[in-house]
Amino acid sequence: MTLLITVYAAVVATVVWYRRKDDNMQLGILCFMYWGASLMWLVDAIFEYSELHAEYFTPALADMVNDAFLGLSVVALGLIIWLVRLLITDPKGKVRATLQK
Amino acid sequence: MACFLVSAAEAVVVHTIEKSVEKKEIQLKSSTNHVKADEMTIPMSRKLKWLKYLLIGGAVLLAFEHVWHGEVVPWSPFLTAMSNPADAAEMFHEMATVGVCMALLITSVWFIMCKIADSIARRPETDQKAV
Repeated sequence: MTLLITVYAAVVATVVWYRRKDDNMQLGILCFMYWGASLMWLVDAIFEYSELHAEYFTPALADMVNDAFLGLSVVALGLIIWLVRLLITDPKGKVRATLQK
Repeated sequence: MACFLVSAAEAVVVHTIEKSVEKKEIQLKSSTNHVKADEMTIPMSRKLKWLKYLLIGGAVLLAFEHVWHGEVVPWSPFLTAMSNPADAAEMFHEMATVGVCMALLITSVWFIMCKIADSIARRPETDQKAV
């Protein structure tokens, strides 16, 4: 579930990056972050599948809900990291302009 | 247990290489004024930056997962598996298998991505038609 949610986040971030009208939003960072995590969880899933086999696809409801919450939290953390980086690097100078008022 | 540490360590190495490559590229650019044919390709430092972001992003988000599962704690020794030798051995085994596979997969995907990016950058500009 975590892997699925992160893959969806990576795909959405990549589509938004492709359709961007403004290069200053640093959306590439968000894409790399989600794709990196997706690839790492994919390896984790392969190893887990090699241990559990078919059981891997029939998780308990409680585990699924926990994984879904984790996935959503991971997406939120990724967005927060991206936003904080965007505000600190301030490519458009908007934060600086606001602070100098 | 601590598989993300392998990717984090690779990210540190990639960052160091990226900085030295970037320095060399700047020196090369300032010493040669004429435009070469291979300048149409993407600079190596930029490609290394992609790898660094993939590794760091993945490692940070995976570290969060480990915090979620209580495998990483904010007090010493930070990894709960380090508290007893049996768990520590299992952790090192996981790092050597899952962790190394993660780093290898990311590096392989990055390598393929660079090859595709180079071919796209070299592609002549044509009128794009909707399919």
